[in-house]
Amino acid sequence: MNILNYMADFLGDGAHWTGYDGIPTRVGEHIGYTLMALGIAAAVGLPVGLLTGHTGRGGNALALIATVGRALPSFGLMVLMFLLLGLGMAPVLIPLVVLAIPPILVTTYEAMRSVDPAPVDAARGMGMGEPEVLFRVELPVALPLILSGLRSAAIQIVSTATIAAYVSFGGLGRYIVDGLYQRDYEKVVGGATLVAAMALATLALFWAVTRLTVSRGVRGAGTG
Amino acid sequence: MRDADGFGRHPAHNRENGSFRTRAPGPESSSGERSRLSPQLLAQSRPEAGDFCQTRRVFGALIRIDSVTKRYPDGTVAVDRLSLEIPDRAITVLVGPSGCGKTTTLRMINRMVEPSEGTILLDGKDIQQQPVNTLRRSMGYVIQNAGLFQHRTILDNIATVPRLLGWGKERSRARARELMDRVGLDGTLARRYPYQLSGGQQQRVGVARALAADPPVLLMDEPFSAVDPVVRKGLQDELLRIQEELAKTIVFVTHDIDEAVKLGTMVAVMRTGGRLAQFAPPAELLTDPADAFVEDFLGTDRGIRRLSFFTAAGLDLLTAPIVAVDATAEQIAARDTADVPYLLVTDLDGRPLGWAESGELTAGSIETDRLLPHGRPFAAGTDSLRAALDCAVLSPTGWAVAVDGEGRAAGVVSQQTIAEAIRGAHANSARTTQKVAP
Repeated sequence: MNILNYMADFLGDGAHWTGYDGIPTRVGEHIGYTLMALGIAAAVGLPVGLLTGHTGRGGNALALIATVGRALPSFGLMVLMFLLLGLGMAPVLIPLVVLAIPPILVTTYEAMRSVDPAPVDAARGMGMGEPEVLFRVELPVALPLILSGLRSAAIQIVSTATIAAYVSFGGLGRYIVDGLYQRDYEKVVGGATLVAAMALATLALFWAVTRLTVSRGVRGAGTG
Repeated sequence: MRDADGFGRHPAHNRENGSFRTRAPGPESSSGERSRLSPQLLAQSRPEAGDFCQTRRVFGALIRIDSVTKRYPDGTVAVDRLSLEIPDRAITVLVGPSGCGKTTTLRMINRMVEPSEGTILLDGKDIQQQPVNTLRRSMGYVIQNAGLFQHRTILDNIATVPRLLGWGKERSRARARELMDRVGLDGTLARRYPYQLSGGQQQRVGVARALAADPPVLLMDEPFSAVDPVVRKGLQDELLRIQEELAKTIVFVTHDIDEAVKLGTMVAVMRTGGRLAQFAPPAELLTDPADAFVEDFLGTDRGIRRLSFFTAAGLDLLTAPIVAVDATAEQIAARDTADVPYLLVTDLDGRPLGWAESGELTAGSIETDRLLPHGRPFAAGTDSLRAALDCAVLSPTGWAVAVDGEGRAAGVVSQQTIAEAIRGAHANSARTTQKVAP
C-alpha cells in the first residue's frame, strides 16, 4: 500500500525527528495551539455555561450564539482575521476558539440543566449556599457531560489547528501545507497521520480524566 | 456548641440500644398509642435520652404560623391566611388534596418559599430574623425520593449538614455511622453509593441525613409517597420509633389520610385554595369532622378506622370455651354449655389450634386437622378494637381469639361483645375528646 509506505517512510526517517521542522517541534507547536485555544474557549464557555445552566436563564441566547459559532467557517474566519489583524497568533487562535466555544457552552448548559432537581432542592433545604449547590451538588453530577463537551471541542481544535500553517505558523499543518506545495506526498500523509494520532491521544486523555474525576456513584448511576 | 464528646462515642453501646431493626417493638409503639398522646403528655412521657446525646439533647421547637399568605405574581393564592400552632416534640401532619398549599406551607417554614404576608415564629422568634442558611441548617429536610447526592457515598450523604456546620471530617463520619444505625441501615452500606440502594433504603438515608446535625425541627415533604406499601409501612413505624426517642418537632406533608392518621399527633386538613379546614388530633378528626369537605376527605370507612384509637384491653374475654387438646371427658363436658356454640382447642402450651362445634369433641380423640381455622388472633393487652373486630369478622365462627405475649390463648370474644365495647368506647370518647382538643 502506497499510503502505508508513505507513513512508514516519513516516520522512519531519522531526519524528520530533529531540528526546527522535526516531528517533536511540530507536535509541540500543535499541542501549544490546541491548549491555548481550548484554554481560552473553556475560560469563556465553562463559566457562562455553568451559570446559565445553574440559574436556568439565557438558554435561548446560548442556542443562538452556538448556532452562529458553528456556522462560521474556521478557514474563512482565519483569513479574514489575518487580513484585519496582520501576522500574529490572534488570527490563528480566534477561529479555533470560535470553533470550540459552542460545544463547550451548549453541553455545559445542557449538563447543568439535566441534573436531577431533587438533590438540588434538598441541598438548598439543608442550608447550602448557591456556590456550594453549584460546585458540590450540580457540578459533580454534570461532570461527565461537561467533559464530553470539552472533549469534542479539543478534538475539533486538534484537527482544525492545521490551518495555522497557511498563515506561516507551525504545527502539524506545516507538513500538509508544505508537502502539498512541494508535491511531497510522503510529508502530506505523515502530517495527516500525526494529526489523526493526536486526535486519538486526546480521546484517550479525556477518557483517563473522566475516570479520575467522575465519582463512581455518578458513573454507576449512569450505566444503570 | 455541643462538645465533640456528646456524639459518636460508644459505638458498641449504640449497637445495643440504638438499633431499631432488632429491637422488638414495645407494647406502646405497636398499638400506635404513643402518637395519640397529646403533645403535653408526650413531652412528659418521652423516654430517657438513651445514648443519642448524653449531655445536651436538642428537642423540638414550637412553630407558630401566624396568618400567613402566599400569593404568586400571577395572582394565584397558594396559602390563604393560614394560622397554625405546631406543637413541639410531636408530629404534625399537613394533609389535603393536591393544590391545597400543604407543601408551600412546609417550604415557608424553612424559607424555601417566602410568605407574602404574615409571620412564622420558631420558639417565639421570627424566622426572618436569622440568616436563611443558618435557619435551614437547624431544620432537617426530607423530600420525596430522598434526593440523595449520587456522587457521594451513603456516609458522606448523611454527613452533609455536619460538614456544612464546620465539623471535622472524622467527627461528621462518626456521627453519620451512628445515624445509620439509628434509622436501621446496615453499616456495610456506608461505602456504597445511592444508586446501589433500594428506594426504601434511600429514604432511610434521607431521614438519617436530615437528623445528622440533631436539629430541633424535621420537615418532611411526602417522604414515603414513592415507595411500595410494605416498605412505606416499615418506614412509618421506624419514624414513630425514632420520634419516640428523639422527640423532635416534625412537620409532615402527605396526601394520604391513612398516613396522616397513623403518624400525626395533630393533623391539619387543608382544602384547595390554601385554607385550613380542620386542625385536630386524629381521633377527634375521625369522630367529629368539621364539615362535609373533611368528612369526604376522610373517606367512607372512617368509623372503622377510628376504632384503632380504642384499646381492646377492656374487652370481656371468655376463658370458659377453651379446652386443651388432651382434655378429659369431664373437662369437655364442663365447658360444653348451651350458650357457647364453639369450643377453642389449644395445644399443650395453650396456643390456639382451632374451633370445634359444641358437642362434637370426644376426649382422647380430638382430631386437630378437622378443627375450624381460628383465624388471625389479636394481642389481648395491646391491640386496638379495630384489630379485635377484624379478627372476629375474619373468623369462620364469628368469635375472635385473644392471645398473650407468648401466643397463648388468653380468651375468646364474640362479635356481639366487641360491638358493645365499641358502643361503650364511643360514649366514653364523646366526653374525653373535647378535653384533648387544643
